[in-house]
Amino acid sequence: MAKIHVNTSINGEVVEFLCEPHETLLDVLRNDLQLTGTKEGCASGDCGACSVTVNDALVCSCLVLGVEAEGAEIGTIEGVSNKDQLHVIQQKFLEHAALQCGICTPGLVVSTKKLLEENPNPTEEQARYYLAGNLCRCTGYDKIIRAVMDAAETMRGAA
Amino acid sequence: MPVVEYKVPENIDAAVSMLSNTKLSTKVMAGGTDLIIQSRAQSSDPLVVIDIKHIDSMMTAAIVDGGLHLGPSMSCAQLTARSDIKAIYPGLVEAAYLIGSTQVQGRCSVGGNLCNASPAADTIPALIVNGAECVIHGPKGERTVAAEDFAVGVGRNCMEQGELLTRIQIPAPAAKTSDAYLRFIPRTEMDIAVAGAAVSVTLDADGTCTAARVSIGAVATTALLVTEAADALIGTKLEDAALNAAAAAATAASKPITDRRGTIEFRRHVVGVLTRRAAVIAAQRAKEK
Repeated sequence: MAKIHVNTSINGEVVEFLCEPHETLLDVLRNDLQLTGTKEGCASGDCGACSVTVNDALVCSCLVLGVEAEGAEIGTIEGVSNKDQLHVIQQKFLEHAALQCGICTPGLVVSTKKLLEENPNPTEEQARYYLAGNLCRCTGYDKIIRAVMDAAETMRGAA
Repeated sequence: MPVVEYKVPENIDAAVSMLSNTKLSTKVMAGGTDLIIQSRAQSSDPLVVIDIKHIDSMMTAAIVDGGLHLGPSMSCAQLTARSDIKAIYPGLVEAAYLIGSTQVQGRCSVGGNLCNASPAADTIPALIVNGAECVIHGPKGERTVAAEDFAVGVGRNCMEQGELLTRIQIPAPAAKTSDAYLRFIPRTEMDIAVAGAAVSVTLDADGTCTAARVSIGAVATTALLVTEAADALIGTKLEDAALNAAAAAATAASKPITDRRGTIEFRRHVVGVLTRRAAVIAAQRAKEK
C-alpha cells in the first residue's frame, strides 16, 4: 500500500509526513511525529484524551484520518506552553492538583484552552458541559473544574 | 482497519463519479465520527473513503427565501454557532447540539446523522417536523426524498450505489411557527437517546394550532412521522386534553425494543411525555415569534 505524502502545520510549524490511508491523526502524532503529549484513551471518540484542534475545531484525533491533515492547521498540547513557561491553564492544573494519573490532562488542557477562547467567562455549568467529552477515570472533576475556573479568572485579569 | 484508499473530490460530479466507478466498497466521509469507528469493526473488506469536505457546497449553509439550504457535511459546531439558523429552527439546532461531545460536534454533521440512519439519531425527528427534503445526486441525475423517507431501516438509508446526499432543504416556516426537540437520556450529556420527540406547531392570532408535525425517535427502526399526534393538536389551543391525546398517539405509534438503555414499556411512556413537553415548548416559541 502506497503511503500518502501529507503537508500540514502543527503548532504553527510546517510539517510533512507519510502515512497509510487508515492511520488516524492520533497514530501519526504519536508514532510518526513523536508528539506523544496527545494521549490515546478509548480510541473511539468517547474520552477526549486525544483532543487536538484541526482548523480551530476541537476534535478527537482518534476520529480524524492522518491524511485529512493535508493543508490543515493542527494544534496539540505541545503548542500550549510558551517554550519552558507553562500556560496559565497548565499552571492552574498544577496548583489545584487537578490530575491524578495524568492521561486525561493533555486533552483537558487543550479543551479548556479552546473553551476559554470561545467563552472567557464561562459559568461552572457551561465549563462542565463544554468539557463533558473529556473523561477522567480518577474522578478528579471537582479539582479540574476549580483549575479551569481559576485559569479563566486569571486570564481575564491579564487580558 | 481496512481503509485502503482516500480520495478528495473537488466537486459533486467528481464525487458521484468516484462513488459510481468503483469495484471496492466505497464510503463517503464527512466528519467520520461514525465511519472511522465502523471501518475498524468491519475487519476484512478493503474500503475506499471519499472525503467530501473539500466541496464548498457540502460545508456551508444559507438562508434562502426564509428557508434553509444546509450543506449536509457542515459540522454541528458550525451549525449551532449560527444564530440566524437557530432563530428560525431552534428545535433543529438544539437536536444538533445534543449529538456527542464538543469534540464530536467539531466533526459530526446533520447529513452524517441522516446517512448513518441510527434509530436514535437526534436530528432526524427535527428535520422531519420541519418538512426537510434531502437532495440526492447520482449517476442518473438529481432526486429529492422527504426526510421521513430517507432512513429505511437500522443503519440503512434510501440511497443507491453512486448516490450522494448533496443538500438538505428546509422550507421557510409559516408565520407563528416554531419547533422543539427533546430526548431522554439517563444523564445530562454524552449519551444516546432512549426516546426522542420533535414537534412543530403553527398558531393563529388567537393561539389556535392550525398546523403541526410530530416525529418520534429511538422508538422504532427509523424516526417516525406521527400524523395522529399532529392531528390531536390541530384545531385546539393545546389544552391538556389535546396534549394528552398527542402524547397517547405518540405512544401508540411507537414500536420500541427493550435493550440496555430502556424497556419497551418505559420508551412507550417516555416518548409520549416528550411529545407533550416538546409541543408546549414549540407553542411557546411560536407565540413569541
